[in-house]
Amino acid sequence: MPHDDHDHPHALLPPEPALRVKALETILTRKGLIDPAALDEIIDTYQNKIGPKNGARVVAKAWSDPEFKKALLEDATQVVADLGFYGRQGEHMVVVENTTDQHNMVVCTLCSCYPWPLLGIPPGWYKSDAYRARAVREPRKVLAEFGVELPTKTSVRVWDSTAEIRYLVLPMRPDGTEGMSEDGLATLVTRDSMIGTGLARVPA
Amino acid sequence: MTLCNTHSAPEPVFAEPWHAQVFAVTVALNEAGRVDWPDWAARFSQTLKRHGLDRELDGGDDYFLAWLVTLEEFLIEQGAAATQDVANLRNAWKEAYLTTPHGQPVRLAAR
Repeated sequence: MPHDDHDHPHALLPPEPALRVKALETILTRKGLIDPAALDEIIDTYQNKIGPKNGARVVAKAWSDPEFKKALLEDATQVVADLGFYGRQGEHMVVVENTTDQHNMVVCTLCSCYPWPLLGIPPGWYKSDAYRARAVREPRKVLAEFGVELPTKTSVRVWDSTAEIRYLVLPMRPDGTEGMSEDGLATLVTRDSMIGTGLARVPA
Repeated sequence: MTLCNTHSAPEPVFAEPWHAQVFAVTVALNEAGRVDWPDWAARFSQTLKRHGLDRELDGGDDYFLAWLVTLEEFLIEQGAAATQDVANLRNAWKEAYLTTPHGQPVRLAAR
């Protein structure tokens, strides 16, 4: 927004929707339905504590520990809860594994359902009409726009997240990573690789 | 629209403070058992569909505006925040911003 240099006589007026949010917040706080301190806590959690780093840890562990991977693919909800990742919006989680035969990609055609405890808040493009409509219709074209070219023999399966089931992609472990530690492996796992719009990084 | 330019740069979790606030209010209501998440997703999805009829939503400001509208409608339906109360408080907040000297914390006038 353009901004004049001269002094403001009064506080900068926030945009119209911000005033409406403040109105709701005030009403709900006065009625005791929400606690402003809890709001700050929620924002801090999503801004600083929850993010793709959580998912990357899960993926790196699955690459390193076959027993863990087996359990994760069987019942991700339980495994993720055992690791202590916060959040009730990720209660039912399913992990889908990429192989040379099948590449998995996640979308929410309804709105923006996403495994928050493992990936945080979805990026803008995940919430856009363009991605939500096209991921199902032309997944290979969308993948190409993300710079992902798959061998023709690899099929693409698109998983539609809902409020009840959130999917996380287990990307393929890159070549040349034998002997790497879990911490090292986790640095190769990008957010997009866990949505299926990217691949895990190859070590430099 | 292509998606290729929108995913490379790291982006803040919330582009605007009010995006974070409206998100947090909803999650707080969910955690207090006042919003059922599948019901929320169904309502939100309806709003997105309605808003996306005459233009393509980009998943930014328009996404959180749809979120806010869904929350407002839900709270009216629940009898938790009546339309007139929301309008009055919105005006009170606007007034508070316009009458608070720059640099001072903005507070609502005492009721």
